[in-house]
Amino acid sequence: MRELLKTENVSMVFGGLKAVSDFNIKLGAGELVGLIGPNGAGKTTAFNMLTGVYQPTTGAITFDGENIVGKKPYQVTKAGIARTFQNIRLFSELTVLENVKIAFQSRVKYGLLEAVFRVGRYFKEENAIEAEARRLLSIFHLEGLADETAKNLPYGAQRRLEIARALATKPKLLLLDEPAAGMNPQETQELMEMIRWIRKEFGLTILLIEHDMALVMGICERIYVLEYGEIIAEGTPKEIRENPEVIRAYLGGEG
Amino acid sequence: MNLLRKNDLKMLVFSVALFAVLQVLISERILSSFWQLNLVIIGINIILAASLNLINGYTGQFSLGHAGFMAVGAYVGVVLTTNFGVPFPVALVAGGIAAGFLGFLIGLPTLRLRGDYLAIATLGMGEIIRIVIMNIQYVGGAAGFKGIPHHTTFAWVFFLMLFTLFFIKNFVNSAHGRACLAIRENEIAAESMGVNTTRYKVMAFTIGAAFAGIAGGLFAHSFYLITPASFTFMQTFNYLIMVVMGGLGSITGSIAGAFVVTFISAALASWPEFRMIIYAVALILLMFYRPQGLFGYMELTNMGFLRKIFKKGGDANA
Repeated sequence: MRELLKTENVSMVFGGLKAVSDFNIKLGAGELVGLIGPNGAGKTTAFNMLTGVYQPTTGAITFDGENIVGKKPYQVTKAGIARTFQNIRLFSELTVLENVKIAFQSRVKYGLLEAVFRVGRYFKEENAIEAEARRLLSIFHLEGLADETAKNLPYGAQRRLEIARALATKPKLLLLDEPAAGMNPQETQELMEMIRWIRKEFGLTILLIEHDMALVMGICERIYVLEYGEIIAEGTPKEIRENPEVIRAYLGGEG
Repeated sequence: MNLLRKNDLKMLVFSVALFAVLQVLISERILSSFWQLNLVIIGINIILAASLNLINGYTGQFSLGHAGFMAVGAYVGVVLTTNFGVPFPVALVAGGIAAGFLGFLIGLPTLRLRGDYLAIATLGMGEIIRIVIMNIQYVGGAAGFKGIPHHTTFAWVFFLMLFTLFFIKNFVNSAHGRACLAIRENEIAAESMGVNTTRYKVMAFTIGAAFAGIAGGLFAHSFYLITPASFTFMQTFNYLIMVVMGGLGSITGSIAGAFVVTFISAALASWPEFRMIIYAVALILLMFYRPQGLFGYMELTNMGFLRKIFKKGGDANA
């Protein structure tokens, strides 16, 4: 399996607080990996470092053979990493279709004057973006809501829109931050099937943070467990379930 | 694709008809010279409101430096026409470029700031521009610049206003404009969707400043004299009121806001004390009953019966 992402001794220090220390993970192309841990373990901080929102204090992140430490979030997106957010961050006053269209940003080639005078590549590219965006919406059963304002969508649809929008950036690696948060078991079940399906359909590698153990154990091939900013265990769902360290971290006590 | 062009064409036909009617009213002297001047001022204010809306309403960057950019355009323009005999259109463009360039230079560092901080910084920048001009003797200092040729006609104002609106409308409906909207909605999400936020903030700021500069040139050439006192931050607030009253993120709103505000202040010119009261009452009522402004995020061309005339073509409206 080709190695897609590798982090080496990545640490993040906020003032005196070590949020994440010696974070070492490896993702092979096409893998579906989970990142779990108690609240405040540093999972979202890890995501923020992978996507350029935070610059790690020390360490190296190699993505697809390229060092991405020091890149800005939009450059990381262009390199092929897309993400969703734990607390949904849609463009809430814009329509569903516009939300997806914005994600084509790094592939737009026409310039300012071509846009203003609507010449050259403008119509060709805009039509292609429109068609592609609508195709993505239909995959996520959102085509009927294309002209609806994003903030009016029900919660589950907003989560799906976030994933559709992330996929519109044409990522190689998709980072999902608690995709099932706030979903009922039925919706979670559908989400699991969808995640499996998009991985296959889009040839993606997926790293997801999740608290819903049924989801994580159900679809992840490998799991990393983070506690107090350190990885305490790594393995298949079965290994993780039986790991005394993990049981201690989750249930407390001497384990 | 043709649909979009058709909408533009319909809009153009409508605008030219409107222009013809107004021009006849002016040349037949049906409108008094007072209202003629006010028509010119309304047109200039529409340019200023629309360009400020691009920065504040569409990109969500709260800027208060618009009068400063207007001053740059005005002074560059009058110096070129009066002292160097440069043709009026060239002077207007030069004023716009100068203001845009200054906007770029100022925007690069200040647009790192957010919200209130950006407002204070741009407010300060606008005042600095005015005070610097006040201290340049070459342009008359505080006494002002005299002997400006009267070049600004209603036709110049009307068609430059049309160009401004066309430019901003098409910009907003392109991928570049969408990037600006995304920044307004959620900067973090915008950046993780591949939007270079610094680039687009500076771009919107530069374009807005450039159009303010052109408006400044038009404004200056309507009078014999301009002084730095014409470009205080009170002017910026005036344009801000137009934008907020008309609706943030709406071109129709900027037109309506500029029209209503200019019209009210002209109609009540003889009762200046009432003017301030009516202004205040109108704004309070608006904030109570319609805080998004008259046309918040909406365009006339996709509302009600006009929607049938201006059919939406894809996403790009009107």
